[in-house]
Amino acid sequence: MKIELTVNGTARALDLDPRVTLLDALREHLKLTGSKKGCDHGQCGACTVIAGGRRINACLSLAVMHDGDEITTVEGLAEATGGTLQQAFVRNDGMQCGYCTPGQLCSATAMLDELREGWPSHVSDDLNGPYELTHEEVSERMSGNLCRCSCYPGINAAITEAGAAK
Amino acid sequence: MSLDLKIDGPDREHRPDHLAQNVLGHEIDRPDGWLKVKGEATYAAETFPEGLVHGILVRAPGIGRVSCANLEDVRNMPEVLAVVRDERLLRNAAQGGANEAPVQGVDTAEYVGQPVALVVAETFEAARHAAVALTVEIDGVEAPVDPEAVVPEEPDNQISTRGDLDGAMRHAPYSIDVVYTTASMNSAAMEPHAATAVWDGEVLTLRGALQMLKFNRNELADSLGLPPERVRILAPYVGGGFGSKLGISADCVAAAVAAMELNRPVRVVQHRRDVFEVNVRRSETRQRIRLACDTQGRLTGLGHEALVSNLPKEEFFEPVLQASYFAYAAANRDLRLKAARINRPATGSVRAPGEAVGVTVFEAAIDELAVKTGIDPIELRLRNIPEKDPDTGVPFSSHRLEATLKDGSERFGWNERDPAPRQRREGEWWIGTGMAAAFRVNMITPAEARITLDGDRATVESDMTDIGTGSYVIFQQIAAEILGLPTGKVDVRLGDTAYPPGSGSGGSFGAASTGTAVWLAGMEIRRALAERLGCDESEMTLRDGYVTHGNRRVPLADLVGGGAFSGHGRVEPGDAQEKVRQATYGAHFAEVGVNDVTGEVRVRRMLGSFSAGRILNPRTARSQCHGGMIWGIGMALTEEMTHDRRDGHVVNRDFAGYHVPVNADVPPLDVYFVEELDDWAGPLQVKGIGELSICGSGGAIFNAIHHACGARLRDFPATPDRVLAALS
Repeated sequence: MKIELTVNGTARALDLDPRVTLLDALREHLKLTGSKKGCDHGQCGACTVIAGGRRINACLSLAVMHDGDEITTVEGLAEATGGTLQQAFVRNDGMQCGYCTPGQLCSATAMLDELREGWPSHVSDDLNGPYELTHEEVSERMSGNLCRCSCYPGINAAITEAGAAK
Repeated sequence: MSLDLKIDGPDREHRPDHLAQNVLGHEIDRPDGWLKVKGEATYAAETFPEGLVHGILVRAPGIGRVSCANLEDVRNMPEVLAVVRDERLLRNAAQGGANEAPVQGVDTAEYVGQPVALVVAETFEAARHAAVALTVEIDGVEAPVDPEAVVPEEPDNQISTRGDLDGAMRHAPYSIDVVYTTASMNSAAMEPHAATAVWDGEVLTLRGALQMLKFNRNELADSLGLPPERVRILAPYVGGGFGSKLGISADCVAAAVAAMELNRPVRVVQHRRDVFEVNVRRSETRQRIRLACDTQGRLTGLGHEALVSNLPKEEFFEPVLQASYFAYAAANRDLRLKAARINRPATGSVRAPGEAVGVTVFEAAIDELAVKTGIDPIELRLRNIPEKDPDTGVPFSSHRLEATLKDGSERFGWNERDPAPRQRREGEWWIGTGMAAAFRVNMITPAEARITLDGDRATVESDMTDIGTGSYVIFQQIAAEILGLPTGKVDVRLGDTAYPPGSGSGGSFGAASTGTAVWLAGMEIRRALAERLGCDESEMTLRDGYVTHGNRRVPLADLVGGGAFSGHGRVEPGDAQEKVRQATYGAHFAEVGVNDVTGEVRVRRMLGSFSAGRILNPRTARSQCHGGMIWGIGMALTEEMTHDRRDGHVVNRDFAGYHVPVNADVPPLDVYFVEELDDWAGPLQVKGIGELSICGSGGAIFNAIHHACGARLRDFPATPDRVLAALS
């Protein structure tokens, strides 16, 4: 099937087997391997990309469902957002092996938007924000992104620092 | 040329303290950090050689003789290139350091989930479809899968007895005799094992997710029947290992066999469910601890007996007692490991094999003794620190347990604690605190590295890997320090068997072993520079790219001139191993809440104080400690591979069923380092840090659970059902 994606601001035409996931379209067909495959099941978050402004698990979505969509992956994220979050991840050691890092970055970027837009989380005190960037809120909202190296302290420090800088 | 060092004795020069660049011991950014945040670090499945095709492992649904009735039909499916049923395929991954092929074969499945075929197709989607279509039939045999149901082996080298433990237990004023269990666990690194194999008719080049390339090369060559010089392995970035990538794995050999057969590059990526079954897992354990002490809390008897398991023909057994040999002294003792041969997926090294479960359980048991005697748990441990290794009688190279216990105790506010359990309640929650000591053996293994100095730019090369530990940055720091260069002037190239063989990543020995090899390579260059300058290397100062000797100061690039300098370092363990007992130590503190209604346990804060020699980079070292402490949370509360009672298969073989700690499970963590320069650890006084922090952290949580609610749990993990049962 022929589709067109706008990936990191560039229009990309693809002719794909309908079984190809969005993640495999990015990794195998566009060779944007920054988005990672950790489970192919929507259980780990390593494949998180931003589609139409929302964070999604690219492994749980078929590429052909995204015809015409705007996708931001880790390769375009720093340019799109200024790189403050990336800098904070490096400085706070928000990574060890680095395999979950692209997903953490995409997820955190969209999460900070959700927080600003007043989306509540499971740990929010009420349904009507505004919400602070507390340890509990960051931890809860980032729990869809596993890190087996367990860099959660560094990840949270980086997100808090970058979130406060905005 | 090479500067070689065998570590036979102490090094009291402390040369790193007398160098001028002042980058060692500082929080320097990882040079690979920016590559990782931009998605530019390429892992095992992220290169695209011309003509690349995709392979999917097919695995056995049972134990017994294997046949595939529709093999030819599947071979004829669209886009399918091959269904490989080759005797060279691996039963399971090689053990760490095996250096030869592990058990191979596809005719018989010895555990449920064993790879028995590889389906290769033009696309991933076609390969996956065909792999699902392949029927695997099993002519089943009865195989034991319950470690408690077989007569275990008792390896001679895993027994240490002295005196009369039974007598000591009978006569002691205080004693405990308790049985704990720990669960079957999985490394579950975020990057699934993967391999991209390219065969040019002469040399097999493989990009893999592997930790110890010099061994992996020999393991792969032996598996394929090729001489090692015709195998090259690359692993510049590895998405976590934790032991599961120590040995060559099924994906690597399958990809290589298919690439050689098809003359096409082949990529094989393990599915997450493969990861849980075809590599190695941490053995479940049953541990009986017996402790006897006098009225002052001094141990008179110490017993530690452990039952572990592995597949037939595997040499590894979880070395549960590894720290129990030297952690505490008692005149009467009985330590023994029992090993059951069963047909569950293979066991092997997982982060801190031995101590991760052995220390954790022992430190929970000793808390029971503290409660029984009424002696503060820290005080009880302090009274039982041995003066020398109680097993061999040799002195300790350095022993900082007392310092870490006191440091951690003060920072955590241990003395503010009411020792009585079940005293603090907040709503539905019982709140309590607990502590545990940490012990981990320390090792140096043979390692080599090379530095090339061209002008004022240095390049470090070794086949050493960086699996997230920080190898890139600490080698950059070591080379920068010894050559007097800003870290930005040092490039580090790792993960390629074309480079000198490093130690590989495992057993917490990477920094000390390969780091020392880098140091030696730098020292060789220093000596050559000094010779050119006409002085002793200790008389010149190298800093910021300048060489100073007396009142002469010249740019390093001028001294180097047109030709590059090359240094090669090689380190190996020596007599020091026999002369002293060398280990790392620490203290864990945890505060938990136990929900009286639901049985849920939440860790509210954790603190660790550790001593592990010279800390090369506090930031990356701290991250390692965070990791170990959080793995302790997983071990204590959620991580458990459940094996089916009938055939041993892993019931919960993905992240939905096997619960690694997520962000919300982790409270703020505090990590402190107690200063230590262990002269027996080589010229850098560096020891391992990657595993120490998992050794005992789960024990501190278990002890905190008891302090919170008064219930003593002895089965890891403390899932809500178990906690509720203990509460009633």
